[in-house]
Amino acid sequence: MEDMTNKDVRESYTEHRLCYYDGNSRCVLVKDEETPFPEGKLIVSRTDLRGIITHCNQAFVEMSGYTEAELIGQPHYILRHPDMPKAIFKDAWETVARGEKWHGYVKNLCKDGRYYWVYATIILNVRAGNAVSCTSVRRKPSRTQVDACIAYYAQLKQAEV
Amino acid sequence: MQPYVMTVSPDFPPAQIAGWYIFNTWLQRQLGVPIHVSLFDDFASQRAVIQNDGIDLIYANPFDAAMLVREKGFTAIATPLHKSDEAIIAVAVDSPVQRIEDLTPGIRIAATDDPDVNLIAMIMLEPADLSAQNVQTHTVDTYVLVAKRLLQGQADVGFFLRDAFQTLSGMIQRQLRELIRSEIHVIRHVLLASPRLQEQHQQLRRLLPAMNTDLKGQGVLASMGLQGWEIQEQEDTEFMIDLMDTLVN
Repeated sequence: MEDMTNKDVRESYTEHRLCYYDGNSRCVLVKDEETPFPEGKLIVSRTDLRGIITHCNQAFVEMSGYTEAELIGQPHYILRHPDMPKAIFKDAWETVARGEKWHGYVKNLCKDGRYYWVYATIILNVRAGNAVSCTSVRRKPSRTQVDACIAYYAQLKQAEV
Repeated sequence: MQPYVMTVSPDFPPAQIAGWYIFNTWLQRQLGVPIHVSLFDDFASQRAVIQNDGIDLIYANPFDAAMLVREKGFTAIATPLHKSDEAIIAVAVDSPVQRIEDLTPGIRIAATDDPDVNLIAMIMLEPADLSAQNVQTHTVDTYVLVAKRLLQGQADVGFFLRDAFQTLSGMIQRQLRELIRSEIHVIRHVLLASPRLQEQHQQLRRLLPAMNTDLKGQGVLASMGLQGWEIQEQEDTEFMIDLMDTLVN
């Protein structure tokens, strides 16, 4: 996956290098600017079992800032924000792999360096008894819960160092 | 020959009852099999008959579609063209509430027993930290009664199916204010056929999408409040069910 560049992200931003579970890494440019969640909508995507995006709805495309063509075939971590602790995603993958539903609050990174908070639910898609993919649905989160997560995630991030 | 039984999700507008009987007459002629229409006043009585395998063809709401496909082996045939299930949360026009986040625990909700609308509407209340545990919900039989409770000050918010809200009289609508409406698009009613109707599945898939191409078919559709049918592949239904699953806590 390509590094983010100042072609897409205008000043001012901070630069971070993120290392992902599969050994890849990427430079991301982050702005301290929140994009509000679209009222009444759901952000929906599907990935294969390796986390590669195979489907996303219009709300997903609009919020992420990428085109659909730029998203399909990319790892879902294209949206990873550096403020998100690795432990949250580890818990999500392990929960879903057990066949259980995962819920949690996630801060996502847009193509233009801004961010948006979601309440996400991920489930395993089972067809004829076999796990074939994952569906992820994000909805507008409670601000109270987001504020609690900001503090909690900061603690988790500190523990990672 | 014992007739097959067709039913419709109880959330359909009463004005369209006759339309479903007309559709049934059309369908029997096309398929050449006897079909009996059986309508139910509420979801509970319909589900009891479904559990006893008493239904063969059903225009199901997405919530029940999950159960019918996964537990009862029903097959998705078609969905209505350009018609998704969306919910509206409304308040009385003079309510001080301007946005969802203005609502607080303890609010009084007026709703019907429509599971899709209630599910979607409750999700739209989550940003205000509201859940089934900290609200008071009063269930009434029709959307007109939901509106009535708002107008009489007996409820703070009302849950409506978008289509039902739009068919309220102009006088009632002017006394209500839409707080939020869902734009989910992929949650839709679906026509499902039972395994007992297996022999007719292909014929149904051929007949229904062509229904709006002739004058008679168009008339039948209009009486049901539909523009036409489009084929729903099984995977589309599975996807919708997965999506519904993410929304149910």
